[in-house]
Amino acid sequence: MSVDLPTVRKIASLARIAVTDAEAEAMVPELNNILGWVEQLQAVDTDGVAPLAAVIPNTLRLRDDVVTDGDRRDEVLRNAPQAEHGFFAVPKVIE
Amino acid sequence: MADLTDLGVAALRDGFRAGDFSAREAADAFIAAVAAGKPLNAFLIETPDHAIAAAEEADRARATGEFRPLSGVPLGIKDLFCTAGYQTTAASHILEGFVPTYESTITARLFGAGAGMLGKLNMDQFAMGSSNETSAFGTVLSPWRRSDGGNAALAPGGSSGGSSAAVAARMVPGATGTDTGGSIRQPAAFTGISGIKPTYGRCSRFGVVAFASSLDQAGPMARDVRDCAILLEQMAGFDPKDATSLDVAVPAWEASLSGDLTGKRIGIPKEYRVEGMPAEIEALWQQGIAFARDAGAEIVDVSLPHTAHALPAYYIIAPAEASSNLARYDGVRYGLRDLPDGANLQDMYAATRAAGFGPEVKRRILIGTYVLSAGFYDAYYTKAQKVRALIARDFTRAFEQCDLLLTPTAPSAAFALGEKSADPLAMYLNDVFTVPASLAGLPAMSVPGGLSAEGLPLGLQIIGRPLDEQGVLDAGLAIEQRAGFTARADRWW
Repeated sequence: MSVDLPTVRKIASLARIAVTDAEAEAMVPELNNILGWVEQLQAVDTDGVAPLAAVIPNTLRLRDDVVTDGDRRDEVLRNAPQAEHGFFAVPKVIE
Repeated sequence: MADLTDLGVAALRDGFRAGDFSAREAADAFIAAVAAGKPLNAFLIETPDHAIAAAEEADRARATGEFRPLSGVPLGIKDLFCTAGYQTTAASHILEGFVPTYESTITARLFGAGAGMLGKLNMDQFAMGSSNETSAFGTVLSPWRRSDGGNAALAPGGSSGGSSAAVAARMVPGATGTDTGGSIRQPAAFTGISGIKPTYGRCSRFGVVAFASSLDQAGPMARDVRDCAILLEQMAGFDPKDATSLDVAVPAWEASLSGDLTGKRIGIPKEYRVEGMPAEIEALWQQGIAFARDAGAEIVDVSLPHTAHALPAYYIIAPAEASSNLARYDGVRYGLRDLPDGANLQDMYAATRAAGFGPEVKRRILIGTYVLSAGFYDAYYTKAQKVRALIARDFTRAFEQCDLLLTPTAPSAAFALGEKSADPLAMYLNDVFTVPASLAGLPAMSVPGGLSAEGLPLGLQIIGRPLDEQGVLDAGLAIEQRAGFTARADRWW
């Protein structure tokens, strides 16, 4: 598998990263170099092997169903690039 | 009085308790060292106010005979840890100006134990890199120079390069680091200090800026093994705020520390003898084996057959998790916002992320996005997770024959800045010895083992069974006692 220019543009769009034409072109050989290298994994026999998700056995805990936090609007908004009327402000989404 | 910056964590703690000096005197000495160390670019921000406040509180408490575990000990904090009221950037422009309103569990524990903070330490951007060259705020310089008369600026290792440089240059007695694929161990090896990545889940990840969540683990970096044990004891422990935190007791690692390895079997994995490994790394390894044998250990040959596949599996899994974790940087809730004229919300996301992330971070997000995208998920991500299962199984089988593993930490001594930065793959290959233990979540430590022909530090790595930090620290101490590593970087800054 290898990536071409349209694929790089598509990935960049999925990743929400704007790329210039020059950046996208430079990215094609870079990504192919890395993807070509990881391709060697296809040669490993993994038949019947379950994918490892948790490295150290651990049971997921449920916390008590009680309110632990809240009333922190100002703290939550403190680092926002733009906040208005107690909300995060973004460019208009709906006309 | 001798220079207080010559003292490590244990010596500062004990000297303060004995009344040899005040915590304020110690804090002032390190604050001056931090200021004098500016040419190394190890600190992103200096926080003398924090260190002084903690010291003055320690001095007041001492009057009433009240000592906390780290009273009198100021520390450096990697800029990946959120510190309430102090800028936290992960060395990225996208978080420039971000001042957390909350404290990471690790720093809360350290400060609760009496430690003060000297500043936030530079690092590879979002912990992605092995040389510190990906920081948005300039590269950290290693305090070490080659003995060849050349003056090449050397990499302090990465991603915890600010931490390693600050400890090695005696600007801090100890520092926090984080390790995703070797980011504590490799910089420790490059700068002649010790560092331990504990078992995955030992240290809480709450408030630590996320890179690859199934791999990220915090740990201490310090001048010797005892100091690492002291700091790790205060960092580790169950945290209900982190779902992957292990609910197990924290042993008294320092009190139990012993360099006697009688009855221990130490495995030497033959697959770590990689092609093209320099002769001096092989010689260092043999020296480490001799040290372990001298400490009473029995040496056994073991096999980790999937070692060669660890690195490519890591460079699928880590970027995949990073692409997901870094989706939160979108210009809405914190950090940078780039809003071009007439831009809609999608344009704002794309412009913000283009402006805020550095090239290596973008590269990894794109790789991660690609391997997780429809049609490729199974071929890449699921496959890599299966290989990860095989790598973990290799370790389980090896630990049926031995108690610990001994390997070199890195395939070379510190390289010169710029030497590998043009070739991402060459940079990735630097992590060949550290990544397998990360994939398996095992505790692993680097201790200085000797010097290269060019007079640069070389590290030995000890890998242990899950939760056997004691075994790892003990073997580290055994090597430290025999290596007698006392070399220090000449002060040129």
